[in-house]
Amino acid sequence: MTWAEIAKRIKKERGDQILKWFEHNPKRIYADIDPENLLDFARYLFKDLNARFIIASALDTPRGGVEIIYHFDFLQLPQVFSIRVFVRKPELEVESISPVIKGAEWIEREIAELLGITFRNHPNPIHLILPNDWPEGNYPLRRDQ
Amino acid sequence: MSEIIPIGPYHPLQEEPEFFRLHVEGEIVKKLEIEIGYNHRGIEKLAESKSWDQVVFLVERICGICSTSHPAASICAMEDLGGIEAPERAQYIRTVICELERVHSHMLWLGLAGHFIGYNTVWMWVWKYREIVCDLLDKITGNRQSYAMFKCGGVRRDILDEDMLWIRQSLNKLKPALDLFKGAVMDDPVIHARTKGVGVLTRQQAIDYCVVGPTARPSGVAIDVRKDNPYFAYDWIDWDIVVLEEGDVFSKTAVRILEMYESIKIIEQCLDKMKPGVIDLHVKELPAGEGVGRAEAPRGEVFHYCMSDGSNFPMRYKVRAPSYTNIFSNEAACVGQTVADAALVLAAVDPCYCCTERSITVRNDRGEENILTGGDLIRLSHERTKQIRKELGV
Amino acid sequence: MGIKLKALTRSPWVYHLSTGSCNNCDIEILDCLTPRYDLERFGIVLVGSPRHADALLVTGNMTAKNIPRVKKVYEQMPKPGVVIAVGTCALGHGVFNGSYVMPHTVDEILPVDIYIPGCPMKPEAFIAGVAKLLAVLRQKA
Repeated sequence: MTWAEIAKRIKKERGDQILKWFEHNPKRIYADIDPENLLDFARYLFKDLNARFIIASALDTPRGGVEIIYHFDFLQLPQVFSIRVFVRKPELEVESISPVIKGAEWIEREIAELLGITFRNHPNPIHLILPNDWPEGNYPLRRDQ
Repeated sequence: MSEIIPIGPYHPLQEEPEFFRLHVEGEIVKKLEIEIGYNHRGIEKLAESKSWDQVVFLVERICGICSTSHPAASICAMEDLGGIEAPERAQYIRTVICELERVHSHMLWLGLAGHFIGYNTVWMWVWKYREIVCDLLDKITGNRQSYAMFKCGGVRRDILDEDMLWIRQSLNKLKPALDLFKGAVMDDPVIHARTKGVGVLTRQQAIDYCVVGPTARPSGVAIDVRKDNPYFAYDWIDWDIVVLEEGDVFSKTAVRILEMYESIKIIEQCLDKMKPGVIDLHVKELPAGEGVGRAEAPRGEVFHYCMSDGSNFPMRYKVRAPSYTNIFSNEAACVGQTVADAALVLAAVDPCYCCTERSITVRNDRGEENILTGGDLIRLSHERTKQIRKELGV
Repeated sequence: MGIKLKALTRSPWVYHLSTGSCNNCDIEILDCLTPRYDLERFGIVLVGSPRHADALLVTGNMTAKNIPRVKKVYEQMPKPGVVIAVGTCALGHGVFNGSYVMPHTVDEILPVDIYIPGCPMKPEAFIAGVAKLLAVLRQKA
């Protein structure tokens, strides 16, 4: 499948979940989605379209929440497709995608301890990289502290 | 009843201190828990306080062995952010450095793997020839490690014409050495017995754990950023991607050895095709926006993501190193192996887990504790090789 | 103490401890053992347990998670023993200065006897440093 076909399929089958579609350049495509649809969308990409999960990155924005970007790519294609969810403060809760994508387990633990986000239904929600006696409520990558 | 063997966190031959908890029943590993973070240095946060030029020096020090792959991904991300295209000669020089690094890293791993299964001869031989690569890098970049060659929009140093002859001669010296390793490792019955069918990572597991590089390719997943998303000069050069099907430790070794031949092929073509020209664009400013950079390190795909608000400093910088997913896949590859093999399997993804200094066996039923040193683990592995040797009559 | 110190200078066995380094110094140290530099001709051997060691080679930044374990390793080493800090990170924090997980440098945790700078240090620098240390110890003994 070429990227044009994949993009068409995504827009057709999950177009209602996409809030905004943005192409930075032909190789970097971003789609904003609602946090509630995250698990379904990730499952769709990973299982139905055989996408490969690269990594997630999170950013504490001044807009009253944390933005998490999940980066995917497709075998033998140069495009990086990133889905972006906006998690509001002060709840900072989002559904975990690790039950579907095993490889996302570590990065969700990392984001949880560096930015204080709670991943619902995470299989193993413990510290990954910070010491176990790290003070509760101290999140190094948060900007409001 | 299962016992727990904690291994780590200190390994002298290893890039990062890691902690493994092996749940064993008798000799067989039932479950593996991995604890990382001993090496967490907060680089993503530090990057936000460095200017774009300094970030390249910072990411160079994420890992000493991949010390061009991280800058490579970093400048790819910056050039993606700014829409910059580096000059042709700079692209060729970057490719040469990247491939030299791949050869040196694979040799390093091969030597350590040899040390693991009790072939110290392989270790000493491979590291002796690795010095040729280190000398080459020393000549071109001025340092044996941490080359500081890359910058956004070009490279810092040129490859001089008067060095060209010497570089080619060194490469020619390397080729017979590679044939030697290929023969020594791939035709040896003991190594076959020790590594074939051990630590198999199936294709489906490789996809589920999202592994990359020489951990994925032996399992039949053909991912290589150099082919999928050609950066630098890889698009202008003729080379092949090495993919095998078995997924065991032997095919992981074979992929790395065969890749070294491809790397030398790439370097020679780069030297042939290089034309005189500028090597740097002197980029002054980067605009606001987002950039993604990917590069194929010796261990797999390095992924860098940067976000800028138009100032001199990145607003957010995210790094994903290949071992991040590869080490995690050990949870699948280790299960069902014996303890003597576990050390080898953990090493095969090339976080080169080696020579664990101390591991403690905690017995669950009586709470007794006896201390095994890392040497004991290696001794177990060596004994197994000896036993196989005897059985085979070698 | 004198005789023990004298014995130590004959054939120092070293234990290598990485406390959050980037691995550059670590592979250069290993390089010293391989045929080109061949440190074993001076009697220097890398050992697998701190209990067998005369010297501790410390590389890296000393991250917070490592500190209790580093102390434990140092306690296990028989005394007298020397501590060698290798590389810019072990001397101060180098490029990582100001990070949130590095409250201390190596010499705030361990009594360091000799500092070998470089990012990474060259194998020659490492050998020169150890040779100087041995000369000082012989005088003391």
